[in-house]
Amino acid sequence: MTSTAGHPDAGLQRRTISDEIAVFIVMAIALVIVPLTGLYPYFVMQALCFALFACAFNLFLGYSGLLSFGHAMFLGTAGYICAHAAKVWGFPPELAILTGTAASAVLGLLAGLVAIRRQGIYFAMITLGLAQLMYFFYLQAKFTHGEDGIQGIPQGFLFGFLDLSKSTTLYYVVVAVFLLAFLLIWRIINSPFGEVLKSIRENEQRAISLGYKVDRYKLMAFVLSATLAGLAGALKVIVAQNASLTDVHWSMSGEVVLMVLLGGLGTVYGPVVGAFLVIAMQQYLAGAGQWVVVIQGVIFVVCVLTFRRGIVGEIAHLFKRSL
Amino acid sequence: MNRVHSILMFGVAMALSTAAMAQDKTVKVGNLSDQSGLYADLGGPGSTLAAQMAVEDSGLVAKGWKIDVIAGDHQNKPDVGTNIARQWLDVDKVDVIVDVPSSGVALAVNTVVKEKNAVFLNSGAAASDLTNSQCSPNTVHWTYDTYLLANGTGKAVVKAGGDSWFFLTADYAFGAALERDTTAVINANGGKVLGAVRHPLNTSDFSSFLLQAQSSKAKVIGLANAGGDTTNAIKQAAEFGIVSGGQKLAALLLFITDVHSLGLNIAQGLTFTETFYWDMNDQTRAFSKRFSERMKNKAPPSMVHAGVYASLIHYFKALEALGGNPHDGAKVVAKMKEMPTDDPLFGKGVIRADGRKIHPGYLFEVKKPSESKGPWDYYKLIATIPAEEAFTPLSQSTCSLVKK
Repeated sequence: MTSTAGHPDAGLQRRTISDEIAVFIVMAIALVIVPLTGLYPYFVMQALCFALFACAFNLFLGYSGLLSFGHAMFLGTAGYICAHAAKVWGFPPELAILTGTAASAVLGLLAGLVAIRRQGIYFAMITLGLAQLMYFFYLQAKFTHGEDGIQGIPQGFLFGFLDLSKSTTLYYVVVAVFLLAFLLIWRIINSPFGEVLKSIRENEQRAISLGYKVDRYKLMAFVLSATLAGLAGALKVIVAQNASLTDVHWSMSGEVVLMVLLGGLGTVYGPVVGAFLVIAMQQYLAGAGQWVVVIQGVIFVVCVLTFRRGIVGEIAHLFKRSL
Repeated sequence: MNRVHSILMFGVAMALSTAAMAQDKTVKVGNLSDQSGLYADLGGPGSTLAAQMAVEDSGLVAKGWKIDVIAGDHQNKPDVGTNIARQWLDVDKVDVIVDVPSSGVALAVNTVVKEKNAVFLNSGAAASDLTNSQCSPNTVHWTYDTYLLANGTGKAVVKAGGDSWFFLTADYAFGAALERDTTAVINANGGKVLGAVRHPLNTSDFSSFLLQAQSSKAKVIGLANAGGDTTNAIKQAAEFGIVSGGQKLAALLLFITDVHSLGLNIAQGLTFTETFYWDMNDQTRAFSKRFSERMKNKAPPSMVHAGVYASLIHYFKALEALGGNPHDGAKVVAKMKEMPTDDPLFGKGVIRADGRKIHPGYLFEVKKPSESKGPWDYYKLIATIPAEEAFTPLSQSTCSLVKK
């Protein structure tokens, strides 16, 4: 038993890697057979992009304990750059996605250098401020086409031979990217680096006294999170074939918090569950128009009041396992 | 015996399958509109009602067709719009998407509909690009466009002496297209444009934009925006005393619902171009009476509602002529272009090769409160723009479908 009092993980058994691997295999199989089930693949692809976004966000919030309220800027920046690269510069999809992701990594480094010096509400406000700055930049910048967004982005051929305009091909590419990125995040969490992050989350003063340069660790985690969020944004643009202001709007930064809290903060699979739930709500309640936002708000309140560990967090707690 | 049996079975199966092919008479109409935002009054639920009335009036249901109307809210966001359109066309098997105000969304939906070979009958959007650079064999642009608005209102205002302009432009595809088309008309008629300022979609505070317009000393402030943005700008211009200070407002796109929400006191004297007014003739009055009885707020139809109704009436005629199988969008639109149009709201007309529906435009002026005889009696007709002058001439079209 590790005793990490005061945190939802408190009272859990030691991390049982075998459980996580088992769940990963189940998830991978489920994703692979989706096209055979008649479930709308476009919906699953979108949900996967958001799941990756939520996992990236969780990597930072869940394991370093700092709430960034500006993650939409990484999602949107990578999206816009990827869209521009694919449409205007004529990049093949793999290069366009890499360019977008790299742009988010650079932005993450710059934003991190500014924001990481503060904690708690100040950190959240600085990231929000930077994200708003980026939002208005994208609103005015010529290449983003303002309210219209970049539309009709060519999907092209991945590595020159995989035709991404075929929805099944695109689906398996998205699944592959998602699973690889997920494994990477899992690896980061379970690395010595991840352990140091958790120690900073639990007691920053003690981590400092042990000789860790906590600011560097936090900055590294922030950049990793921004980069992976960027990957999600670039992938999403290739899937949806449009990049718009929605992805950089502050409400997107809020939505990802909702996804992570609903699924389970600081759990490996929570963000995936949360993202699928939120995207499913938006998809199937679309007829209700702007009421979707109200419903989301109610669910958020209920979640925080009744099951604070999130869905996966509660399940893990019930079975005394880590998921 | 066994053999006879199998031949019989084969025959029955053949008969059934051909019957099933001939009887593919299920159609799904999707009204993709702004259901709750700044364009909800001019499109929104009213467009769903107009679509339902078109289904009823087409008489196809009695002839064995099964027609459903569904509605979606694109919230004026291109990504939300394409998501709904994609889901409708992939999963819900929608055959025709109607209305779609907000040009940014319309252009995005235009691409999806073409990719999935469905039908797009646009009524609510204005950008003339829909039938020019971005024209599609699956799209018909019915009610109006920026070329018509620019030519109608722009020309009339310049001729009346308003030869220097300043634009207040909504910062998206529609505003840009309207400003571009109007600028061309102003220059061609000897006027000049002193400047322009872009405002975000759905703005509530126009003060800084209006002050810039005021200090430009232009004779005319052109409002290249729509819906709630236009009414907000006009109301706030009244508060700033812009009109009483000698500058004239030109609302390039104004709907009857906007005039209603402004009130005649503020709106009186505005000139603008539309293609439909409920009080034009007996047929429009009869339709409007039936329409407003079923509307929640008892409003008469806007020109967008009229366009949804009329375009669907023509669509159903084309389906009937084809005899069934409405799922090949390009084929249905080709049939629609082949047949001359005739409906009670827009009269006789045609759909050109580029997808542009051709009918006359009307220059209206908002009545003074003293001239208005009853509720919704708002417009007086100043001039009619003949059908052949109302829209971009085919010789200037940049559409790839037009053979030159």
